[in-house]
Amino acid sequence: MTKELTKDELLELHQQMVLTRRFEEKSAELYAEGKIGGFLHLYIGQEAIAMGACKALKPTDHLLTAYRDHGWAIARGLDPKAIMAELLGKATGVSGGKGGSMHLASSEHNYWGGHAIVGGHLPIATGVALAISYKEEPDAVLCVLGEGTTNIGYFHESINLAAVWKLPIVFLVENNQYGMGTEVARASAVTNIYEKGCAYDIANRQLNGQDVIEMYQNVDEALDYARKEGPVLLEALTYRYSGHSMGDPERYRSKTEIEEWRVRDPIARLEDYMTDKKLAKKADFEAIRAQVETELVEIVEFAEESPNPEEAALCEFVYVDPIPHR
Amino acid sequence: MARITYREAISQALREEMYRDDRVFIMGEEIGTWGGTYAVTRGFLDEFGEKRVRDTPIAEGVIVGAAAGAAIAGLRPVAEIMTINFAFLAMDQIVNHIAKFYYMFNGQIKCPVVIRTVGGGGRQLGATHSQTPDVVFAHFPGLKVIAPSTPADAKGLLKAAIRGEDPVLFIENATLYQSRGEVPDDEDYILPIGVSDVKREGKDVTIVSYSKMLPVCLQAAEQLAKDGIEAEVIDLRTLRPLDTRPIVESVRKTNRMVVVEEGWRAYGIGAEIASRVTELAFDYLDAPVRRVAQAEVPLPYNKELEQMALPQLPDIIHAVRDVLYLDV
Repeated sequence: MTKELTKDELLELHQQMVLTRRFEEKSAELYAEGKIGGFLHLYIGQEAIAMGACKALKPTDHLLTAYRDHGWAIARGLDPKAIMAELLGKATGVSGGKGGSMHLASSEHNYWGGHAIVGGHLPIATGVALAISYKEEPDAVLCVLGEGTTNIGYFHESINLAAVWKLPIVFLVENNQYGMGTEVARASAVTNIYEKGCAYDIANRQLNGQDVIEMYQNVDEALDYARKEGPVLLEALTYRYSGHSMGDPERYRSKTEIEEWRVRDPIARLEDYMTDKKLAKKADFEAIRAQVETELVEIVEFAEESPNPEEAALCEFVYVDPIPHR
Repeated sequence: MARITYREAISQALREEMYRDDRVFIMGEEIGTWGGTYAVTRGFLDEFGEKRVRDTPIAEGVIVGAAAGAAIAGLRPVAEIMTINFAFLAMDQIVNHIAKFYYMFNGQIKCPVVIRTVGGGGRQLGATHSQTPDVVFAHFPGLKVIAPSTPADAKGLLKAAIRGEDPVLFIENATLYQSRGEVPDDEDYILPIGVSDVKREGKDVTIVSYSKMLPVCLQAAEQLAKDGIEAEVIDLRTLRPLDTRPIVESVRKTNRMVVVEEGWRAYGIGAEIASRVTELAFDYLDAPVRRVAQAEVPLPYNKELEQMALPQLPDIIHAVRDVLYLDV
């Protein structure tokens, strides 16, 4: 049954999308200033997917994602201050400064990472779903992946096993059109990614990833279906405005293409919808933007002022059980 | 105490832990209906049912990964990889994921998964089915690697692995399955992971080994004793974390060491142990450390060629006499 979102819920989703976008823009600045190291993969343009999908998750449900994970962590309810602190490698970061941008996690939110080996988290997510089924719990797993991942062996191994064992898991593909710089048709024999679900006889559907309401309603239905019947494959069509990571020369696409997608911007789309339905006015969105700016200042301040990990952190958490002696 | 086989000891450990803790279950290729390709889990399906004895597709990546996922979500899975050669298909899961979670996510994610597998050559299975790549897996911090040589050690260490909170690769050896030894009946018989064991005391030379080569080293020690040479034989039992202390103590006494492993010499266990002894007991050594290991070739099928490539009892005797500067 399709669930309708209230005005307040829609405004909250709007706020989270704006926060995520500004968070990412700020991250890019901090990266340019050399305050963030390593790789940085921005979520700008794809916000509706994480916000809509996580809105459908119960607190006891589970989430695993790939490495373009800042938006997912925000959507799942992790403290944005601790996320930014992680990007800056600080002790107060969600992974204590040991994970970095690609390895965000929070066990208290059942967010089991932030995984940076493409496809590697699909078997893990399948195993989390196995545990749910084993313990006969009413929960489900949302496993998020890019479309490039659907060409990897793990994708097929995981969906096959999830289907054989009828595990409660939704595989949600964010199809942002490019695996790094390689467009879908050059890498995948099947370009409608959701159709790959047919090979394993599982429920599958293609969605407009720019529409937060459509994302929420469909992921909600898919999770309920997965709890009862087994795995689902969803494909959300979307686009990342930024490069694959910072420093991407973007030789593989045209400025026109980017502009075409900007017209379908997920935040503008929600604003138009709410204005049309007379659920909000321009002033409401402006108020949200102002509030996000204040929050962003606090986020960056917290991250920058946080301490680096202590030297003792270097050898901490290699093993859980004590090592007898050396 | 009962005198049982290595196979029975492993089977007993699994069965006892499955009765003790509902969260423990097993999954892998042919472990249920077939009863395990090495018959370790024969009868388990009837005893525990399909929920806890899960036959899987032939897909090592998802076998190991799904077991790991179930572990982080609170279960105690024991995944079986039919042979260690196939563990390379799950290598990414083992080293890029399982070994990293606890550290990389700053202690938030524990992954108490046990992966049982079988290594070693000598059974004419050809180059792809006969490897001893234990050291490859022992390279990664975050993972524990166990390779027992006796039924008692196999039982005590497997139970410790299942009860522990860390991910463990538990490497069995097919040629040991029929070997027998005394094993305590105690259901709480647990051995500490990461502790080497002196299997035979001696004053003249230290022989360090593990798994399949350990009994061969004990045979060598018996033969050497006839010539008045008393060898101390140390069983590593755990390859990571590696317990060097008894080795260093022994070398300080004997002043001579031979390291014996079934796998290749280059970058091997022997190289690591020799290096540590050089760092910790250099002044006590009266001879260069000798390594006995597999010839640097992919293992051939032909029986004679295969045996030629694998380390043998005379090679150990030869190496010991060599470090004692005796005629060989």
